[in-house]
Amino acid sequence: MGANLLNNYGEAVAMVLFAIGFGNLMLQSNLIKKIIGLNIMDTAVYLFLALKGYISGRAAPIVVNGVQSAEAYINPVPSGLVLTGIVVSVSVSALMLSLTIRLYQRYHTLDLDEISLQLKKEGL
Amino acid sequence: MSGQMGLEFVQNFPCFSIMFCMFAGIVSSAFKEKIARVLNVVVLTVNIILSASVFLFTIRTGEAYVYVMGRFPAPWGNELRIGVLEAGLALFFCVIMLLCLLGGRHKLVQEVEEGKQGLYYVLTDLMLSSLLALIYTNDLFTAYVFVEINTISACGLIMIRQNGRTIEAAVRYMIMSLLGSGLFLVGICMLYDLTGHLLMSNIQVEIARIVAEGAYRPPLLVTIAIISVGLAIKSALFPFHAWLPDAYGYSTVSSAAVLSSLVSKGYIFLLFKIIYRVIGFDVFHDSKIVNMLFIFGLMGMVFGSLSAIKENDVRRMIAFSSVAQIGYIYMGVGMGTQAGMVASVFHVLSHAATKSLLFIAAIGLTDVSGGSRKFIELTGSGYRNKCAGVAFSVGSLSMVGVPMFSGFISKLLFAQAAVQNEGKMLPTLIVLGISTILNAIYFMKTVIRIYTPVDDVEYPTVSWGENKIYAAVLLCFVVLNVFLGICSQPIVDLIESGLGMFA
Repeated sequence: MGANLLNNYGEAVAMVLFAIGFGNLMLQSNLIKKIIGLNIMDTAVYLFLALKGYISGRAAPIVVNGVQSAEAYINPVPSGLVLTGIVVSVSVSALMLSLTIRLYQRYHTLDLDEISLQLKKEGL
Repeated sequence: MSGQMGLEFVQNFPCFSIMFCMFAGIVSSAFKEKIARVLNVVVLTVNIILSASVFLFTIRTGEAYVYVMGRFPAPWGNELRIGVLEAGLALFFCVIMLLCLLGGRHKLVQEVEEGKQGLYYVLTDLMLSSLLALIYTNDLFTAYVFVEINTISACGLIMIRQNGRTIEAAVRYMIMSLLGSGLFLVGICMLYDLTGHLLMSNIQVEIARIVAEGAYRPPLLVTIAIISVGLAIKSALFPFHAWLPDAYGYSTVSSAAVLSSLVSKGYIFLLFKIIYRVIGFDVFHDSKIVNMLFIFGLMGMVFGSLSAIKENDVRRMIAFSSVAQIGYIYMGVGMGTQAGMVASVFHVLSHAATKSLLFIAAIGLTDVSGGSRKFIELTGSGYRNKCAGVAFSVGSLSMVGVPMFSGFISKLLFAQAAVQNEGKMLPTLIVLGISTILNAIYFMKTVIRIYTPVDDVEYPTVSWGENKIYAAVLLCFVVLNVFLGICSQPIVDLIESGLGMFA
């Protein structure tokens, strides 16, 4: 168990980062901190994927010098997944930030709990 | 499956319908509102025709088929997989979506700013394409991407009516959704790590091998748990439902109807697919995760209804009732038997047909009560708008589970499934009973309220045919409800054969 953890320290770090991001996204009441948490969470997943795709001693899967053998290269699928994930994450962060701007313009605070309180007072 | 030589033309339709919706959405953003609106109706109608022909085709052939995208053969390419259940659900979703949009159109014009209504149709087109892709896809990562597209368009549908409440609801919705999709993404990555595949069928083969060898027990368990919890968060299972009442209660009526009847159902159907086609029903059952879903489902049934009883706002009451109904669906999944799953799938249909009816009927009632949604103002509104009053009563009776309507059949199926399952029979039947009584309390309270005569009426009265589209939509929903309630046996047979094709 301990040895496994030592061998796969990268994956362990990725999971710890994921938990940090997840916790921030869930528990912070400041909207910007929440978005930072979201980005940490997504980045942790990319780290995990990149680690899983890497095979030590092999090169990036770009054919140079005419080496065609698959044995020479790492697994390219996780890299593709990371790229897709980055695109998704960027668009989601942009949407969250634009919503945050809208809320800030209306209520002059970034604190989600305080915004809820003000909404209750408005009694809409 | 390599090569698509013997492909009939109709087998291309699922791919066409996804692409068609997506391009219609993109193109609509450049058009004027009126054209976007017409295009949206055209897209939905064409999709209904396409899905119906695929549905008839799968019934005729009696087996599922795999559609290879871009002609890359199995472990590398992307695939769609279409069986009776997928095609039938796609047809059903398109019909409900068309009805919801038509029924809420007059409110959309009032509630959404001038110049932004075109965007509404862009969002609904994208929403439909992502729902269809979630239904049809055979690839887990594609499913993840479309889950995110679905989340973004759902968020847009909530906040298109601009006031503080909806933006706050949209933010809360986004946060919960992102937590759910984050977990789902990690789950997919772990599955890829364990099996080396992304296509559902290939993963299932590998998982069967891993389980037979007895290797990787803890990671597999964690993966199943993470994926189930992720999708449960996204579909608003009980402890994760805090965003739901505001999002459904304050957005424009078509959005509320679409969100409650389709969006959460898309995620639930994805979970069904993952249970059957990725993890394997037996492995999922043995993992004991079902028991967690079962317990949260039961809690949702009771607490959702209790919150609905306390609610003083009719839209939010209907929203809380959704929490209870999602609880029913997860309870069926949690029973861990074939009969429970059939009941859950039927309840997906029944709840979608009923909840959208209720939301759209409620808007007719609040409109003749000075726009107020408080119960006291709604007194006697069933006389002022007879059409909406009758429709709301039908929806309420169906939710409570009166025979002839769809809700009765789903409760019957749940009860039958519970009797077959010895360990979970007692809790299921007891909670089913309690939940039915609670349902009856808050829905009948509302129906009695809207049919209590008042003397001094200062609000306008709406006659039967004043808004013809609205009346026609309500009629369609009522017919759909009664149809599901009376012709249930063929539908249940189709669901069973569809679940059989999953394996």
